[in-house]
Amino acid sequence: MGLLDGKKLLITGVLMDSSIAFHVARIAQNEGAEVVLTSFGRTMRITQTIAKRLPTTPEVIELDVTDAEHLDTLSDRLKEHIGSLDGVLHSIGFAPLGAFNFLEGTWEDVSTAIHASAYSLKALATATLPMLDRGSSIVGLTFDARFAWPVYDWMGVAKAAFESTNRYLARDLGPLGIRSNLVAAGPLRTTAAKSIPGFATFEDTWGDRAPLGWDVRDPDPAAQACIALLSDWFPATTGEIVHVDGGVHAMGQ
Amino acid sequence: MAQSEQEILEGLAEIVNEETGVDAKDVQPEKSFTEDLDIDSLSMMTIVVNAEEKFGVRIPDDDVKNLSTVGDAVKYIQNAQG
Repeated sequence: MGLLDGKKLLITGVLMDSSIAFHVARIAQNEGAEVVLTSFGRTMRITQTIAKRLPTTPEVIELDVTDAEHLDTLSDRLKEHIGSLDGVLHSIGFAPLGAFNFLEGTWEDVSTAIHASAYSLKALATATLPMLDRGSSIVGLTFDARFAWPVYDWMGVAKAAFESTNRYLARDLGPLGIRSNLVAAGPLRTTAAKSIPGFATFEDTWGDRAPLGWDVRDPDPAAQACIALLSDWFPATTGEIVHVDGGVHAMGQ
Repeated sequence: MAQSEQEILEGLAEIVNEETGVDAKDVQPEKSFTEDLDIDSLSMMTIVVNAEEKFGVRIPDDDVKNLSTVGDAVKYIQNAQG
């Protein structure tokens, strides 16, 4: 008996097989879930190829979370493949390079980051709402936004907005019986991370600060936490952020 | 099973053509992916994952940056097929 037997999940953010979302999809299928992936534009071909590396090759539907038409038609297009949804994984973030320089970042850079990385959680939730019943779960991935980090800059500000968006979603979807939670993972060597200039500065110190240690090459702990939150085992938890970071968040130094 | 350099070159040229529209005949060993074929990082990722599927090999990201020419990629794939 799998943790997600019979569940139907929409999983965004599978780009490469190093993506956290890829491992969520893999474990979800192994735990009995049916999965549909999203991708968009030129990355569709990559996602479609990488999807074949999952235990069962899922459908990949197009979704740019900043495109109103994609969002408006999402539930109708999903219904062609899957009747309803029990869970949604938001594993999406984007910031132009200029946003990784705090004092120089323009509003154009910053607004793009906030639209794609924070508002998109609300946009994805409302776009899938017609397919979500009581007991459904929305899970997103953050990087602890309580602190100012090296390099992360306006993406960190976008993550703070993302974490706040999660709390407001919890407020407004709670009465419908739908949960919204985040996993704050430590640094992982994904394509997204490697595209951040200077990402190595996180890698160097995280393992030393983490009481449990930390492996930047192992996405499974973060993926397993997402699976747990997508399952029925956190029925009274919403608006929460679960830290999967080796314990760094709890340490003073 | 290891394929000949010519077979790998032809297979790779087909993938490059599908992704970028560059004529398969122009995908020659001495050509640079970025400078001669004008392939950007996203197209390169697409080409790499499709090459991995087609040739049954894995090309880690850290190695991709060392593959500057088509010939480099052909040799890498042939060695990886061992």
